[in-house]
Amino acid sequence: MFRILLAAAALVATPLMAQETVVVDLSQNRVEITATYSGSDIFVFGAVKRDGPLPEGTGPLDVAIVIEGPLETATVRKKEKKLGIWVNSDSVEVHEAPSFFTIATTAPLADMLNEGDLRDYAIGLDYAIRPQGQAEDGIEDFAAAVTRIRQDAGLYSQREGIINLTDETLFEVDILLPPNLVEGDYTARVYLIRDKNIVAETSVGITVRKAGLEVWLYELAHESPLTYGLLSLLVALVAGYGASEIFRRLKRG
Amino acid sequence: MLIYLPIAEVSVNLFVLLGLGGLVGMLSGIFGVGGGFLMTPILIMIGIPPAVAVATEANQIVASSFSGVLAHFKRKTVDIKMGLILMLGGLVGATVGVQIFKFLKSIGQVELLVTLSYVVFLGLIGGMMFIESLNAIRRAGKPGAMPKKKKHTWIHGLPFKTRFRASGLYISVIPPILVGVAVGILAAIMGVGGGFIMVPAMIYMLGMPTKVVVGTSLFQIIFVTAYTTLSHAMQNFTVDAVLAVILLTGGVIGAQIGTRIGVKLKAEQLRILLAGMVLLMCGKLALDLLLMPSELYSIGAGGH
Repeated sequence: MFRILLAAAALVATPLMAQETVVVDLSQNRVEITATYSGSDIFVFGAVKRDGPLPEGTGPLDVAIVIEGPLETATVRKKEKKLGIWVNSDSVEVHEAPSFFTIATTAPLADMLNEGDLRDYAIGLDYAIRPQGQAEDGIEDFAAAVTRIRQDAGLYSQREGIINLTDETLFEVDILLPPNLVEGDYTARVYLIRDKNIVAETSVGITVRKAGLEVWLYELAHESPLTYGLLSLLVALVAGYGASEIFRRLKRG
Repeated sequence: MLIYLPIAEVSVNLFVLLGLGGLVGMLSGIFGVGGGFLMTPILIMIGIPPAVAVATEANQIVASSFSGVLAHFKRKTVDIKMGLILMLGGLVGATVGVQIFKFLKSIGQVELLVTLSYVVFLGLIGGMMFIESLNAIRRAGKPGAMPKKKKHTWIHGLPFKTRFRASGLYISVIPPILVGVAVGILAAIMGVGGGFIMVPAMIYMLGMPTKVVVGTSLFQIIFVTAYTTLSHAMQNFTVDAVLAVILLTGGVIGAQIGTRIGVKLKAEQLRILLAGMVLLMCGKLALDLLLMPSELYSIGAGGH
């Protein structure tokens, strides 16, 4: 109800502005991590709906697409030189750090949107981690380190200007998910931007789950660890015996 | 070909893992060491989370040691009595070690302790073995040189003496138990089987003949690492069965080849080679501590 009121209020406030909405779909809403999973490709495509012609002097349309993994807390440690050797000293908990973050845009981010919105909507690598309200000293350095380390691991990325936008209406982009993906509920957020303001947004969920043998082993390991541990040992002993036997026969024959 | 590991949650190249398993398995067969002190750091280097690397490596060592010990049983180079006594101490030590490991992990200093223990022990043992083997080779070169006579030390004055037939020893059970406990603690902390400490301890402290040292070391490593594997599986859920199967496939084949190479090498050559390898790994780890790391920050396991 509240939302409808808000929407109505927005309509009243901008009576003559043409309304734009965005529709988006993905080539897959579900990523299955099987034993041979080696990364996957998600094709994101969408269209802009307009209920009337745009007023004179409206700036060009830009699109930003963010795909993000579940938010988690990361314990980040910093090394310092003590007594001649490098040891972990300070440690900080960085909250709301997504396990995965990638952003694709039609243009350089700085030219598209004002800084306040970039931060508030977590658009861009610099704002992937949201340490707001975390008063700890030097948290920025630790948050930046998480971004840097995950960027090196291929988990965080930013690619500006790679979305194809046709006639300010149709857009599409290919997004690569890396092989070292972690399970969870991912989201794809899509923003339409004009004159440095967000004019429309939508989001779609992506489920990332282990499948097949992977999920069986994972569940066994967590639900009946004793069985799992004993099975692992049995496999080890059988393999050890098997190799020894095979070599003995090879030597004889 | 990439393969996704269910517990480690990373994709790695199948052939790289097979090759690593084979290489380390071969060393294990030659020297009677589990090879963990090489494999664990390498696994971490290729991106396996350290907790998973340590636990899975223990499982793999079970396989390669078992494969290796069978070959030694056939040649009757296993002192079972000594192995069982060392094992008893080892299980006690491993239990203590796992607790120390858990505590240090919670305060973020486990990495430092692991690296420091590697540097200290690898350095000491590698250095000792290297000098000793060099002397032995030099002595062997001179005709008429007499082998050193067995010294009568305080070890021979301890009570609970028993005869170890395969080793040709008549000593107290106290030193083997203490050696077992000490190696067990270190093995659990460093995430290895402990063969590289056990082998020199057997030679230099217990005075066992080199011939039975390798087989006996492998024999007791099976039990201690099987116990470590189970503890990790039940307490930390960090044993990756897929990773273990790949490593042990390569490992058991390597161990068989290694055991056959080991028979052809002379004891002094064996020791000097092992000493060289131990010193190399030691130097690499010492540099990691002394040189400024390229990335000062690291991400530990957080609240999931």
